Amino acid sequence: MGLSAVLNDESLLLTGQQLTLSITGGATLLNAVSVTVNQGELVGLIGPNGAGKSTLLKLLSGVDSPSKGCVSLAISGSLEPISALSVRERAQKMSYLVQGAKAYWPIEVEKMIALGRLPFQKWWQQSSDYDQAKVVRAMQLTETLIYRNRIVTTLSGGEQALVMMARVLAGEPEVIFADEPVATLDPYHQLHVMELLRAHAKGERAAVVVLHDLSLAARFCDRIYLLNDGGLFCEGSPEVVLSQHNIARVYGVDSQITRVGQDLSVSPVARLNNR
Amino acid sequence: MTVNHSYHGVLIGLFVAMIGSFFVDLLAGPVSLQWFNIWAAIIENKASLDSLIFFEIRLPRAILALLVGATLGISGAALQGLLRNPLAESGIIGVSNCAALGAVLVFYFGFTQWAWFALPLAGLLGALVSVVLIFLLAGRSSSTVTLILAGIAINTIAGALMAMALNFAPNPYAMQEIVFWLLGSVANRSVSDVLIIVPFIVFGGLLILSCGRFLNALTLGEETASSLGFNVQVLRWRLVVGVVACVGAAVSVCGNIGFIGLVIPHLLRPLVRHDPQRLLSVSAMGGAVLLLLSDVAVQVLSSGGELKLGVITSLVGGPFFLYLILKNRNVWG
Repeated sequence: MGLSAVLNDESLLLTGQQLTLSITGGATLLNAVSVTVNQGELVGLIGPNGAGKSTLLKLLSGVDSPSKGCVSLAISGSLEPISALSVRERAQKMSYLVQGAKAYWPIEVEKMIALGRLPFQKWWQQSSDYDQAKVVRAMQLTETLIYRNRIVTTLSGGEQALVMMARVLAGEPEVIFADEPVATLDPYHQLHVMELLRAHAKGERAAVVVLHDLSLAARFCDRIYLLNDGGLFCEGSPEVVLSQHNIARVYGVDSQITRVGQDLSVSPVARLNNR
Repeated sequence: MTVNHSYHGVLIGLFVAMIGSFFVDLLAGPVSLQWFNIWAAIIENKASLDSLIFFEIRLPRAILALLVGATLGISGAALQGLLRNPLAESGIIGVSNCAALGAVLVFYFGFTQWAWFALPLAGLLGALVSVVLIFLLAGRSSSTVTLILAGIAINTIAGALMAMALNFAPNPYAMQEIVFWLLGSVANRSVSDVLIIVPFIVFGGLLILSCGRFLNALTLGEETASSLGFNVQVLRWRLVVGVVACVGAAVSVCGNIGFIGLVIPHLLRPLVRHDPQRLLSVSAMGGAVLLLLSDVAVQVLSSGGELKLGVITSLVGGPFFLYLILKNRNVWG
């Protein structure tokens, strides 16, 4: 592990092998979870609170380093461990959207979105016309151009979520990692953010998203990883993973699963006692 | 772009204000100087009482006020950016108190007689000790909260040790000397005092300025900054070392001058539209202006038993701090 390997599968974009994270004190937050992400895929990470979804996302995106295991990214035909990349290189290819993303200072929307171009600027450089064009494009994609001169902290939750998405899109990363980007949003903005992720995960690009809403996961994701208690419970297409049996075992709830057109709709109906 | 225009306007305005207050500080003093004599000293190398006062007393004093004010302003802006908290200040990570403790120990044991550089050296050593302690307490990979907690612990210990030094002061004269020094002042410092701190202030200031983009990225939090290609652990320490180098040097020569690091970045932040990187250079100049003008006020208000600079800045800063807390209390509900 750790050495670059020639790719056999050309559509493979990112792998996480046997990812384990133990913190000082001995607790294991994540135990030997392996993940693959292919080009054009929107991959969902689901599971109950404390299952290790956010931890896995941080390891995959390189924000945290695993205690054991290795994350590799396909770069021009071979798999390179991301620990071998410079942080700048990594940041150009992979973008991470933190859970409940917020700005700590009341800066303007456009300036905040322009922070997404930081991985492309050397320390002496200011934002170039090219960077500026990417920022404008990201604002167009997210329909946030009308807020460009507003102060980001004065926007509503839904507007802020879109602006945060614009920040991520401005870097045009190969993979977006988003941690519960729709958790606090109304249905309109939930769909908007999911559509943006879906639109990004096309061609050679991909996205990995942590979700709590199982129906949204079923509708938008190509593949789903169901985590439980720091380990992988199962993995596969939404039809395979989102079964009544799996949901009962992992979430401890009885659920009603109905088919609406091509999509599944999952609604939890009752708590089970023998979880 | 209009944004850049207003930023350059702010930079130029503050620079002019800084140079202006520097000359006002040179003019201020109990003796009114004949400028002709100073000119004669420069051109014809002809020394006079006036030129001695100017070059040995006023010039070092004004340069010190400028350097120390800039140091306090830029390090306040740096720490507020790092901790993403408008209430942060260089005192908060224990640097000022440790540097002060080093100097107090020199007074206490009478080392000031040994060499003219004993005092600044001890201050810098104290600041260095504070960094080592922060490293030991907070560790290499620790969070910002741990950093603050370690700072509080170090501050408390350094404060207690200073109190003990006062408690056991060998004679009233030593005690008075310690207390006066602790109050903070730029009066009666020599050219060599200035020279010894310049390298540290320049070094620290450059380290801080090199972290500007990192501070901008921190607007979105540490994890996002890391995902934007910044090595958060390395840059956090680079910033802290920068603050220690320049604040340690400043405190070692001028004592504890409080609140400039708190007030200046807070006042100037709206002028740069809350841009943490731009706030650095702006706060350096703003800090220099405030300390120079405070020094002028000190000399105008008192001619006999001189009011100490640190007293003035704390008198201004204390109520401002209260105001900040009250204002933020409303914001936080």
